[in-house]
Amino acid sequence: MFKYFEPNKIFAITSRMQKYVLFLFIIILTIGLTEALIISPEDYKQSDAVRIMYVHVPAAWISLGIFSTLALLSVGSFIFKNKNFALISKSLAPSGFVFNIVALVTGSIWGKPTWGTWWAWDARITSMLILALFYGMYLLAWRIYQDKENVIKITSMIAIFGAINVPIIKFSVDWWNTLHQPASINILSNSSIHVSMLIPLSIMTAAFALFSLLIFLMKYNTELIKVKNKGLDRL
Amino acid sequence: MINEIISMNGYGAYVLSAFAFTLISFASLYFVTKLQFLKEQKRFTVKFGSLSLEKAKIAKSHNINKEILSITSKI
Repeated sequence: MFKYFEPNKIFAITSRMQKYVLFLFIIILTIGLTEALIISPEDYKQSDAVRIMYVHVPAAWISLGIFSTLALLSVGSFIFKNKNFALISKSLAPSGFVFNIVALVTGSIWGKPTWGTWWAWDARITSMLILALFYGMYLLAWRIYQDKENVIKITSMIAIFGAINVPIIKFSVDWWNTLHQPASINILSNSSIHVSMLIPLSIMTAAFALFSLLIFLMKYNTELIKVKNKGLDRL
Repeated sequence: MINEIISMNGYGAYVLSAFAFTLISFASLYFVTKLQFLKEQKRFTVKFGSLSLEKAKIAKSHNINKEILSITSKI
């Protein structure tokens, strides 16, 4: 099974995929921005401020998705002792961190016109801030520790420990009284969001997912070349 | 029409700054990642070029090195 995870095969695929992913991302982002800023209707309560949702929500979803993937890959790295899992995680983390920051900042901007404040120590916001700290620790650990064996163990521990926070973020709106409303989109039952808002939200989510894939492909290739640079030193 | 789109019932400053922050973050991440990639690629090419003939032959026997070199030559 792991023959598909061989670096040279992945490098060949990731190098060729980049330009197609970039092209697709630009097209989908353009459609998404048109839908989000012009075509989609305003909300009856929040008026046009609701449009911030089209960047805030996808960014939050993707940062959570990436951190969950980091945790799964870290478990895989412990079980299968496959160093490529760590390399994939390392390449995914920067975009996850940026999406986390985007979710926090756009949430703060959205908070001012709707709640009257830039920041509140609400359960959802605080748990998202904690996620950003875990992302920060994860990225810093890769920079600080030089020993490869140690850094893989430390970063994996950070990702697994930080994953405890992921269900807390998801269910914080149900467990505590927060300023955030409960989830409007539910995969298992009917969503309370209108289709005219669901369409731009889905398009923007697809665009953001493509962007994180693009950054992952570029970062993964960079990491592989770094490894090979060290290999040339040892020749 | 354009004024209506920009003002967004008085919420334009909030909405547009949120979108602008997102797009600027994306562009920054893209260019930083691209720069890191080009830097590593350049280092690889320089190191490969400085190898002796024998070592270069060994290095070329690794498929991934061939892949990296093929991409570098395209650039």
